[in-house]
Amino acid sequence: MAEKSLDFAREITSKHGGETITRCYQCGTCASTCPVARTTERYNPRQIIRLALLGQRDEVLKGDAIWLCASCYNCQERCPQKVEIADVIYALRNIAIREGNIPSIYTEFATGLMNEGRLAPISKFVEKKRPEYGLPPLKPTDIEALKKILTATGFDKIMFKREGASP
Amino acid sequence: MKAYALFLGCTIPARQPHYELAARKALTKLGIELVDMEGTTCCAPPPIQSIDLETSLAIAAYNVCLAEEADLDILTLCTGCFESLTIANRLLKEKPELREKVNKILSNAGKEFKGTREVKHYLQVLMNDVGVERLKQSVVKPLNKLKVAAFSGCHLLRPSEILRFDDPERPRIFDTLIEALGAKSIPYKNKLRCCGGLLRGYADDVALAIARDKIVNAYNAGADCISTLCPFCFLTLDLGQMLMKTTYKEEYNMPIIHYAELLSLSLGVEPKELALDFHKIKLDKVLEKIG
Repeated sequence: MAEKSLDFAREITSKHGGETITRCYQCGTCASTCPVARTTERYNPRQIIRLALLGQRDEVLKGDAIWLCASCYNCQERCPQKVEIADVIYALRNIAIREGNIPSIYTEFATGLMNEGRLAPISKFVEKKRPEYGLPPLKPTDIEALKKILTATGFDKIMFKREGASP
Repeated sequence: MKAYALFLGCTIPARQPHYELAARKALTKLGIELVDMEGTTCCAPPPIQSIDLETSLAIAAYNVCLAEEADLDILTLCTGCFESLTIANRLLKEKPELREKVNKILSNAGKEFKGTREVKHYLQVLMNDVGVERLKQSVVKPLNKLKVAAFSGCHLLRPSEILRFDDPERPRIFDTLIEALGAKSIPYKNKLRCCGGLLRGYADDVALAIARDKIVNAYNAGADCISTLCPFCFLTLDLGQMLMKTTYKEEYNMPIIHYAELLSLSLGVEPKELALDFHKIKLDKVLEKIG
């Protein structure tokens, strides 16, 4: 058990964003300053860190909680131990996604990025309106350069599965 | 006056031309030259960071490289773009190992991050290049009667250790710039708290409950409008009020207005020159007070 819990902690600290998780001493400042935690019982950042440090890998990575962080950074700003909590959540999401636990909205984001180089698809209505306002035409994204970056990092190889942690 | 590489991002040009139009008009009036960037991509904001942080850094760095090649600092309107690009720019400037790793990735796209340029939010350009005094002198239509609930959005301020924009607990820059236009920046409950926007699409009910707090708190404080800087905050609070009507049977009619629009109006731009019909909550009461 102890060995198993250390394995998961090591896995997280080796990821970009996850380096600081082991500094946590469970004071709960994060949860008390979190706008999501005060809105729903589905999310508590202190608990996610606790479970992760106890090696509860499946519960953390296959659960719904890690997807409920609003990335507002209140917790990270106020953590007395300088745990980079919002970044830890990103690291956990990064691991979960590589294992196929991906909420469908993130598949949409990834598809938008890979196909158009942008997250917000161009609205035909706005595109037509722009010249009326005297705005210059929308410049195309350099999708070829972007594809080379996505191939180099392996982003395009990440298996995007439709099923997963969606509530 | 200084020239900047204008980084528009995805959402503003594709969905919120009223923001882009107001910003271009106001900044140009104040003597800032905006050079449109070629070949940019998505800045790799939180949704992409959630999928892969290293890819996100590389994408953001790629966009900074374009500004380096143009020999210009970047000016962003969207706070999300400001955050993504600033984090990449700072981390790669300050961490040589990370920079080497990202440059290896970027070499596939024929780019190299050199660390020669800055990323600025347009409020920083107003504060530092234009200056509050000159801004005050440029106002032709002071917004004297207007009580504004300032809402900068999270990613202008946090994570403050990297963004270094303002004091994260007691910020003053945005309020100062609102008051420079003659308006009053009023205090309201939980002013610095998130709008919940990034949860839209995953947990819409939670996102809407958080957005509702924001609207209610500004309403109870007697605000005439909430002023935003981020297109996602705008959407969450403006469209959000339409959803609140059906979900909670509540109607606040709280106008949400980008600061760039307030700025343009105070500089004498006529409302009909702006694309105000893109607002779901109509601005009539605000425009009446401005006169």
